[in-house]
Amino acid sequence: MDVAIIGIGLHRFGRSPDMSGMQQGASAVRAALADAGLSWADMQFAYGGSQDAGNADALVNELGLTGLQFTNIWNGCATGGSSLHAAYSAIKSGEYDLGVVVGFDKHPRGAFNPQPKEWGLDDWYGETGLMLTTQFFALKTQRYMHDHGITEDALIRVSEKAFANGSLTPTAWRQQALSYDEIANSAMISDPLRKYMFCSPAEGGAALIICNADKAHQYCSNPLFLKAAAVRTRHYGSFEVFAPSQAMKVADAPTVTASKAAFELAGIGPEDVDVMQLQDTDSGTEIMHMAENGFCKHGEQEKLLREGATGINGSMPINTDGGCLANGEPVGASGLRQVYEVCVQLRGEGGARQVPNNPRVGYTHVYGAPGISGVNIITR
Amino acid sequence: MSNQVPLQEGLFTWPSSQPQLLGSRCSQCAEAAFPAQPDCRSCGSRDTQIIELGDRGILWTWTIQTFMPKEPYLSDETPETFRPYGVAYVEMPGGVRVEARLQANSPEQLKIGMPMQLDIVPFRTDENGEQKMTFSFSAAEKA
Repeated sequence: MDVAIIGIGLHRFGRSPDMSGMQQGASAVRAALADAGLSWADMQFAYGGSQDAGNADALVNELGLTGLQFTNIWNGCATGGSSLHAAYSAIKSGEYDLGVVVGFDKHPRGAFNPQPKEWGLDDWYGETGLMLTTQFFALKTQRYMHDHGITEDALIRVSEKAFANGSLTPTAWRQQALSYDEIANSAMISDPLRKYMFCSPAEGGAALIICNADKAHQYCSNPLFLKAAAVRTRHYGSFEVFAPSQAMKVADAPTVTASKAAFELAGIGPEDVDVMQLQDTDSGTEIMHMAENGFCKHGEQEKLLREGATGINGSMPINTDGGCLANGEPVGASGLRQVYEVCVQLRGEGGARQVPNNPRVGYTHVYGAPGISGVNIITR
Repeated sequence: MSNQVPLQEGLFTWPSSQPQLLGSRCSQCAEAAFPAQPDCRSCGSRDTQIIELGDRGILWTWTIQTFMPKEPYLSDETPETFRPYGVAYVEMPGGVRVEARLQANSPEQLKIGMPMQLDIVPFRTDENGEQKMTFSFSAAEKA
């Protein structure tokens, strides 16, 4: 049985000072329902999550007490990927035909401050200042650059592309393109990553209406198909966040295993993908994720970025809406924002940021602490 | 001189003329971990022993923490007195890479592959005047 996406909705990312995170989630659901031409009462099930904006199932207070099954999902930054995977499984199992996936969040300003106990770690690890996601991404990027000959030029080009794409995206938080020099001269935050190479915690909501593909045409003339959804956690030996020590052994990252599983499910390979979203918590991780998802070899990114391959008109367009760098990261919503944007591209509704030549296959990848990846493959 | 105590028991041997980082090794698969833990992340066995991981290592990767972290960071610094610090994974002879603070805090002082040595250093002074000691690494002095 195939799974279709028949409605997409977004509450714009950034800051919505007059709205709670929950209200931004409800706004996204209403937009997705309107897009599908359906009502909340039609929904048989829901999966949703947020980190800092409350239990997703409380959304029924905004949307209506219809008695539907509503399950809360929490899986760090991979929450959206895990919610969509749960909905995919619910349809695949045959239990339900029609439901909604929603993510939303509203974070305070500044870097995240995770608590050691919630991650199975002792207090000293947080007290001595070793438990920052920004540090981890810098440490991993630093070693990756050393091992694979990536230079600062590549880091700058990822950010330059992200903010250029953000400037073409009406729902993006940061819509101002930044020059190469502005990025190169921005403050060093955590060597080798500078201010304009990091995304920021933000606010926003995203929602999708998911349907049994056999029934999709009842509701919608242009359904898209969720050909694969895979979520994987880390193996012993992969270099992941919130780790007081790392093994000497080297194992594939969860991104590698989730990506391989998704390609296998979909029966296609990386060469078949026309437009993609790769988690860009910072410009270093986008570079590493290009290879971990199978789109290039380790070290090839330097040349691909110099040639503009990852731009909207390039051979492998990545994060056409500016990704996390230009949209910020409301944790619960971020993974579903990726799917929303890929759906916009596959429908040909990207406007100024539309990828040319009628893209047919889209790919999304989300990464979260403490080493979780979720991959989705979507086709027309 | 104020009383000095480890920030957390079991992370390193101290006081000692030559402190060692402590970890654990699995008796089944021989993989090492830091801090010491009763179960093995590699094979799932519960048969682990506490071991000394050494006091010297190699810099595997590094960064500089330039802004003062929010809580749960708990030092006695203020935003005005905060001093950036290095953070690294140091490859230990015991067979594991340990995340640690560094004494160095500028990129010029750090290079992947350089030899490092363990230092037990004061981290903060609590309300009773007790100095909490933690582990840290600095460039190894030539032997």
